[in-house]
Amino acid sequence: MAKLASELAKTPRKSVSLNMKNDPKITIDIPQCSKGHSSSDKSQLKNNDKSEFLSTAPRGLRKRLIVPRSHSDSESEYSASNSEDDEGVAQEYEEDTNEDILSQKIQAQNREVSAPVFRETPSKKMKREKTSHLVEKYFEAHSSSKVLTSDRTLQKLKRAKLDQQTLHNLLSKVSPSFSAELKQLNQQHEQLFHKWMLQLHLGFNIVLYGLGSKRDLLERFRTTMLQDCIHIVINGFFPGISVKSVLNSVTEVLDHVGTFRSVLDQLEWITNKFKEDSSLELFLLIHNLDSQMLRGDKSQQIIGQLSSLRNIYLIASIDHLNAPLMWDHAKQSLYNWLWYETTTYSHYTEETSYENSLLVKQSGSLPLSSLIHVLRSLTPNARGIFRLLIKYQLDNQDNPSYTGLCFQDFYQQCREAFLVNSDLTLRAQLTEFRDHKLIRTKKGTDGVEYLLIPVDNGILTDFLENEEEEL
Amino acid sequence: MATSSVSKGCFVFKPNFKKRKISVPIEDYFNKGKNASEDSKLRFETYQLIWQQMKSETERLQEELNKNLFDSLVEFLQTSHSGLWKNSKDWSCEIKLREIPTAALVLGVNVTDHDLTLRSLTEVLQNNVTPYVVSLQAKDCPDMKHFLQKLVSQLMDCKVDVQSKEKESVQVIQKNVHYSMDSLSAWYMSVTQTDPKMPRKKRTSSSQWQSPPVVLILKDMESFTTKVLQDFIIISSQHLHEFPLILIFGIATSPVVIHRLLPHAVSSLLCIELFQSLSCKEHLTTVLDKLLLTTQFPFKLSEKVLQILTNIFLYHDFSIQNFIKGLQLSLLEHFYSQPLSVLCCNLPEAKRRIRFLSANQCENIRRLPSFRRYVEKQSSEKQVALLTSDKFLKEETQSLLENLHVYHKNYFLVLRCLHQFTSSLPKYPLGRQIRELYCMCLEKNIWDSEEYASVLQLLRLLAKDELMAMLQNCFKLFQSSSGKELGNTAKKIEEFLAQFQSLDAETKEEEDTSQSQSKGLQKTDLYHLQKSLLEMKELRSTSKRQTKFEVLREQVVSFVDSLVREYLLPPDTQPLHETLYFSSAHTLRQHLNAAPRIALHTALNNPYYYLKNEALRSEEGCIPNVAPDICIAYKLHLECSRLINLVDWSEAFATVVTAAEKMDANSVTSEERNEIIHARFIRAVSELELLGFIKPTKQKTDHVARLTWGGC
Repeated sequence: MAKLASELAKTPRKSVSLNMKNDPKITIDIPQCSKGHSSSDKSQLKNNDKSEFLSTAPRGLRKRLIVPRSHSDSESEYSASNSEDDEGVAQEYEEDTNEDILSQKIQAQNREVSAPVFRETPSKKMKREKTSHLVEKYFEAHSSSKVLTSDRTLQKLKRAKLDQQTLHNLLSKVSPSFSAELKQLNQQHEQLFHKWMLQLHLGFNIVLYGLGSKRDLLERFRTTMLQDCIHIVINGFFPGISVKSVLNSVTEVLDHVGTFRSVLDQLEWITNKFKEDSSLELFLLIHNLDSQMLRGDKSQQIIGQLSSLRNIYLIASIDHLNAPLMWDHAKQSLYNWLWYETTTYSHYTEETSYENSLLVKQSGSLPLSSLIHVLRSLTPNARGIFRLLIKYQLDNQDNPSYTGLCFQDFYQQCREAFLVNSDLTLRAQLTEFRDHKLIRTKKGTDGVEYLLIPVDNGILTDFLENEEEEL
Repeated sequence: MATSSVSKGCFVFKPNFKKRKISVPIEDYFNKGKNASEDSKLRFETYQLIWQQMKSETERLQEELNKNLFDSLVEFLQTSHSGLWKNSKDWSCEIKLREIPTAALVLGVNVTDHDLTLRSLTEVLQNNVTPYVVSLQAKDCPDMKHFLQKLVSQLMDCKVDVQSKEKESVQVIQKNVHYSMDSLSAWYMSVTQTDPKMPRKKRTSSSQWQSPPVVLILKDMESFTTKVLQDFIIISSQHLHEFPLILIFGIATSPVVIHRLLPHAVSSLLCIELFQSLSCKEHLTTVLDKLLLTTQFPFKLSEKVLQILTNIFLYHDFSIQNFIKGLQLSLLEHFYSQPLSVLCCNLPEAKRRIRFLSANQCENIRRLPSFRRYVEKQSSEKQVALLTSDKFLKEETQSLLENLHVYHKNYFLVLRCLHQFTSSLPKYPLGRQIRELYCMCLEKNIWDSEEYASVLQLLRLLAKDELMAMLQNCFKLFQSSSGKELGNTAKKIEEFLAQFQSLDAETKEEEDTSQSQSKGLQKTDLYHLQKSLLEMKELRSTSKRQTKFEVLREQVVSFVDSLVREYLLPPDTQPLHETLYFSSAHTLRQHLNAAPRIALHTALNNPYYYLKNEALRSEEGCIPNVAPDICIAYKLHLECSRLINLVDWSEAFATVVTAAEKMDANSVTSEERNEIIHARFIRAVSELELLGFIKPTKQKTDHVARLTWGGC
């Protein structure tokens, strides 16, 4: 890590000096770096931070800056034996406890105390410990039930909301770096195409792993090698994929009409078909064999059985860190894998575009627009009913024990607003909502039906705003 | 792209029929792979030939090894129900009638090989015992209903096979019938009674049976639900008199598991007999013996490759099938990557092929490191001839190849001989299995190793009968092989044996003489006694007098030593060894025993490893700020504990990235730039989520949970 510091020093950073005098923390930070005890990016981050972000968002980062020192101050016995990650834990801890004690004075104190403490710990020792205590680290990371991090939320940042389209537009402006090297990597992989074909034909199946989307690579493989063969491409990352649809597309290839009683029946039929006709050949390309929908034991078993057929050739890609855990020995022998490392560094554009949990992007434009579309097709009365329910739910959004609106109360409210005239009409409306998955009913402990809209409250607010604008 | 859509995930591509017919033969892929491929067609054919031979050999071995087990199983099955039908009025048989004959088949932990064994078992049983053999797997039978359903449908299938498709209509109807043991036994009665025994008589020798038993194989007994198993056993024991059932349990762990799965009340209904299949290690030894330690197949593995394959076997799965797969892959890789592998065939064929080698291939030979070493040792005019004249080169290659084949012939003989000597030594300094010894010999000059020295030490301490037994075995070894070169060796060993035998007589005489000597001593006076004792002491201290046996033993040891030094040279000392030995252990490990986690971590942690850009070069443990976004995000996330605040993370990311951008572009407005950076952060985070490093959590707003720990 000492090396890192020097390396950091080497990288040109003219801006660092600009703010140097404004902030005493910088002077703290730099000696620390040169001693080489802060972890790599932290220090890097801090250096940069001071230069760039003092004006915009310094609060949390300022906290981060003092933390290592205050931590070494208060828990000096800690620093000798613990490595990077613990520091992280401790750091997070300190960060919250010291939240209010953010005065320059303390920082100054910390600086004085911390310096000798850090000098005591030889960096070599730390490195050794880092490798040896991997198991302990797990328990350390999971020992306390409470993990303390800062309380800041994305809502405070204005640019937190991005939908898929804007995200895409923004990213298209980024010029890709290292394109020459990436191209070279890809060319290396492409040279393997013939070998893959050979090995597929000899009874092996091929699995690709490594960082980066392997979609383009497989697509190129498909277009160059498989033009004259029957093949099926399966996007494992597609949220609606299932083994059933995989099998269906195989039977589609075999020109089967009719249905099967179960997936196993279908599999048996396919197996027989392929065993009977040895001239039949089928290539299966599966992107993301380890996706949410396909990683189940049953799915893997079935795909494995498919792939073990002599004239079905499977070439698949996996991305998840723990993907190999899907396969026990029995399945592995079904698959008969040959592993190929194809690190491409390509972005997982397509693979992540379906993810609805895209962490940061919580704009929810999709549910919102579908909500609007569905409601537009309804009668004004039905819309009124739904709005009532939304309002009630929003009124109760701070109530943690809120289970939903009880049917009787709802009926009462609707009657008062002249929206329905009988219990039956309301129920008819609710069926309509339920069919569109706009509401969910739950039986409470007292046997009464409770109604709930399974949509995020933020979206509901947006929706109401929208409605009002239109009116 | 043709394969992206928001509405479906499967895309079928079916080229029209005519086009499909002109499919590319497999050899073409073999050809095109390497740009400068020589004789690729021939190589591919050789590959297929050798692989077919190896495959049939392993299958034959498998059959042979299982033969004993199957024989005893068949015998058990045949006797188990025969008594039952003959004198069923006997009281003891009444009791026995309630017990289901059960064979507990302990197959070992190599689950992947079980399928093959059980399949051939089914075949054997169907040929010898009964047409009604059904095998069930635990995953097909989650409950009793499915269990019976599977059982019945498979039984019907057996039936259909035996007597054409006539019964098919019945079968279809019965599919919807409620399955019960009653219906099953009724079906059985109808089949055995109405059915003339004609077809069975033809197939089986046991025509004395009124009704053949029904054999049910439970492939993976451990994973069955206990409830299902218990119920089935209780019910079928009730029906045993009308439905002669025999169970075969496939057990991977140990027979104790039966009692753990079944309570006493149930297991007392079984009449269990235990059968043990050959352990997979012995199996491996045989396979190695017959595939690699022989001159039958020219293809050989280098030390590292063999080590990797056996390690995968011993430390991962104990699966013979996997081992064979590894062997297949190495064979393929050898023929694919080594142009001179065209010479990897039997000797006459190889000699013929040498004559047709192209000029390019001759160059390839000259480029072989082992050949270059060989050339350097030759006289100068021969060197010139070898390097310039293709004709001369070919002749030389022929003789070298011949030498190589002779070398192998001797090598394996001497190896086995050495193994005879080392395999029973205390502490096994050179390994207990011949494969360990083989690995060591492949690696380097074995006589330079410490273990070998200690082996010689131990051999010098052997008793006579042990030594003679070993020599006896070696003698048989050498005799069985018809090698001319080692013909003398066999003779020599025979001589040794004869000498040892004659020693027997001599030692007796010696004892007699020494006794008479001591008697003579007693008579002498004290002075003489002292004198002679002193003399003897001196004699002992200066040069310990060796008995004839010791002398002979020494001779044997040095003889073995000389054999080893002469014939067990490591293969890389032999010219042209590259043509036969596959040595690219790295590729093998990569394709068979890959480490995806490490690859991911390396790619994220040290992008320079993949992207050879100087800007990315960095010291260990840190990455430059110009690295790909995902690497930076990953590196930052490593610092956090279980939960990560997205805001902090995003800001940290932004600082690092802006610092990098500072250097190249300053033109874009800061607001837009921030937005772009934020978008990049989002992308990096969602990619990390896809890779499984983080997941969204509801524990705290705008936090994600880390799924890995430690620095890696």
